[in-house]
Amino acid sequence: MADPLLEVRGLRKRFGGLVATDDVDLDAGEGETLAVIGPNGAGKTTLIAQLSGDLRPDAGVIRFAGEDVTRLDAPARSARGLARSFQITSVFRDFPALDNVALAVQAHAGHSFRFWRPAGADRALREPARLVLEQVGLGMRADVVAGVLAHGEQRQLEIAMALATRPRLLLLDEPMAGMGAEESQQMIRLLGTLKRAHTIVLVEHDMDAVFALADRIAVMVYGRVIAVGSPETIRASAEVRRAYLGEAS
Amino acid sequence: MASRVRAVTAVAGAAALAAVPVVAAALQEPFYLDLVRRVMIFAIAAVSLDLILGYGGMVSFGHAAYLGIGAYAVAVPALHGVHSGWLQWPLAMGVSALAALVIGAISLRTSGVYFIMITLAFAQMLYYLGISIEAWGGDDGMRLARRSRFGGPVDLADPYVFYYVVLALLLAVLALGHRVIHARFGMVVRAARSNEARARAIGFSPFRYRLAAFVMAGAVCGLAGALLANQTEYVTPGFMHWTRSGDIMVMVILGGMGTFVGPVAGAVAFLLLENVLSAWTVHWQIILGPLLILVVLYARRGLWGAVSGGSLGRG
Ligand SMILES: Nc1ncnc2c1ncn2[C@@H]1O[C@H](COP(=O)(O)OP(=O)(O)OP(=O)(O)O)[C@@H](O)[C@H]1O
Ligand SMILES: [Mg+2]
Repeated sequence: MADPLLEVRGLRKRFGGLVATDDVDLDAGEGETLAVIGPNGAGKTTLIAQLSGDLRPDAGVIRFAGEDVTRLDAPARSARGLARSFQITSVFRDFPALDNVALAVQAHAGHSFRFWRPAGADRALREPARLVLEQVGLGMRADVVAGVLAHGEQRQLEIAMALATRPRLLLLDEPMAGMGAEESQQMIRLLGTLKRAHTIVLVEHDMDAVFALADRIAVMVYGRVIAVGSPETIRASAEVRRAYLGEAS
Repeated sequence: MASRVRAVTAVAGAAALAAVPVVAAALQEPFYLDLVRRVMIFAIAAVSLDLILGYGGMVSFGHAAYLGIGAYAVAVPALHGVHSGWLQWPLAMGVSALAALVIGAISLRTSGVYFIMITLAFAQMLYYLGISIEAWGGDDGMRLARRSRFGGPVDLADPYVFYYVVLALLLAVLALGHRVIHARFGMVVRAARSNEARARAIGFSPFRYRLAAFVMAGAVCGLAGALLANQTEYVTPGFMHWTRSGDIMVMVILGGMGTFVGPVAGAVAFLLLENVLSAWTVHWQIILGPLLILVVLYARRGLWGAVSGGSLGRG
């Protein structure tokens, strides 16, 4: 078997006395969708932040496409094809939706020491951005300032910004957080199409989404990965039921 | 439409500035020429600060440092008999840019209150340096024997010529600034102000873009300093005092951060108020203070924002 696209070994992060990720080992193969589930405070967001470069791990190694990226910062990892979305919506609120995505395109179109041509009329940025907006279903909302978009639309915009960087790996932190039932269904459909062309690490509480999308599932509890396996094995695992799915049985 | 209102007001403002010398001559009040020229020089300084403060979110509390460096870059060569503006003015911009490069490279590693304090500390260091150099007049500064020389019809000794030179430079700074802020470069600087974590996540390293903006702002403020030396015909370390940095910042906030016309309007309002009120009482800032509080409370986008409405070209 070829090396996995993402390889995590012994990843540890402490906040004072609290071990938020505790010796985490994880692999994600090319084209795979790996869901990470676990109760509140399990360390899922902390894991994503270390994978994206927003947090420095205290110990452990992160390999991406065969390269050790543990010491690289977030922009450098973005350049290598890692893209993240945030659990708490994080967009450029005072820019129109299209500008948000065009900025993500721009970040991957060479340096930005360009002082003269208006970026707002730069077709090399605007056209790819418009395509991505259409892909996530925001085509009609391109000119709306991001801060006044509906919550669900801002979540779609998050995905669009990640996609516009042409990533090799998408790190999605609860893309359905705070969404209504209908919006969630729409997001599941969107992720279902993205899944065909992308490797995804998906943190999600919505079990319908997880079982609809995941090829494999990792379960985190108190910073540790207690089980990894196919959706069927995870659903059947007594340990997982006790630790996490327990409330459903 | 808001953008239309802004465009019309901006053009009307430029026309009014162009008409000032004519009106001043007709009324035989050369004082107005002098006052408005001073206003425009400070407007250039305020616009340069707004580039980093309003658009970049970098609250530099030491911007007067470059005003002082620019002024000394005129007066020191003049002291040694070099009066050519072709040398003095590029020197003012170059040395200011260099100082901004050093100050920015260190300060921009911090943020928030630390950034404010470090930029303030650097400016005060330069202020005390100015005081300590006896050869340059120390505390008293020095007189400028003659204004910068350019040759041909550009004779700054002629108050009208000097006025139009300043006006042309102000308009050029506004036009160039507008280009830069809407180009890819400006987009990165504004995006990093809007949401730094997001900017980094999509792949930008904001530091070098901020530093470049910081250097550009320093260079433009250095030019304002060169103009100010010619305006007052003397230079003192007082040009760099932290209260002067505060004045420039007040102009930006009063007029409206993150706009180009705002700082110009702020400089007009600030210096006119100073002029009118200080004739009344030396404690004129007692009146300015509450006024500023009112603006901050009720017109968050400053005077210009209150007049023009709209999104102030931020988006
Ligand atoms: N910056 C921080 N400083 C201190 N403690 C933190 C920090 N970030 C997270 N924690 C703590 O680390 C633990 C893991 O947090 P994390 O946000 O990774 O959990 P999570 O699995 O994403 O939870 P949720 O499902 O609620 O999003 C929690 O106890 C949290 O309080
Ligand atoms: Mg979380």
